[in-house]
Amino acid sequence: MVARMLTITASQRAAMLATCIRALPDEGCGLLLGTSEGVVVDVVASDNIAASAKVYEIDPKVLLRTFRRADDEGLEVVGVFHSHTHSAAYPSPTDIRQAPDPAWHYVLVSLAQVPSELRSYSIVEGEVVEELVRVEGLAPEETSPRPSDH
Amino acid sequence: MSALLRIPTVLRPAMGGATSITVEGSTIGAVLSDVTARFPAVKGQLLNDDGSLHRFLNVYVNDDDVRYLGGVDAPVAESDEITLLPAVAGGAR
Repeated sequence: MVARMLTITASQRAAMLATCIRALPDEGCGLLLGTSEGVVVDVVASDNIAASAKVYEIDPKVLLRTFRRADDEGLEVVGVFHSHTHSAAYPSPTDIRQAPDPAWHYVLVSLAQVPSELRSYSIVEGEVVEELVRVEGLAPEETSPRPSDH
Repeated sequence: MSALLRIPTVLRPAMGGATSITVEGSTIGAVLSDVTARFPAVKGQLLNDDGSLHRFLNVYVNDDDVRYLGGVDAPVAESDEITLLPAVAGGAR
């Protein structure tokens, strides 16, 4: 399988990290609005309605609003991001079991260490494949995970 | 009672491929019975064995989440728009 790629901007990356840091001690989460080529156009933060450090759930109101916005703007909901506060940036068994869409990009933010880490995966029928995250607006040598601002 | 049902991408292959279909029923339960009779393959993704809504499915009538309207008993009026969206959830556990 050819690895897919997720393209985000430096400010979208910062927005995901900020959402996850603000949600502490709970997991933070949100949706990614973009194109079918994996280019993110906007990061839509959500409350974690599970209000838990162990699980997350996107607010159903944010979900509906974001899908409608995607229709209105000719975009797609292309993925979801959430944090692991005390474990690695890799999908948990729960994440894999509950992954809603095989076409999505699943972004994991780990706040378990400094620097925080952001990685993206595809999850298709239980198979997890890490994908390249291209961060626009950073020099190439900075596109790998780098220190966050906290 | 005819309403419009908007189908999420992940359920389209099992529901004939359309983005939306016309459905019949005066409650969400009746609408989902209509849907599962026509597309038996999706039943397990919509309803539990006891007929309640699947935990990982969000159902909306117009702008409202049916969990706050009585679940499967939520009323459906002529020309309402019903949206199905898979819950987006997970976690480190």
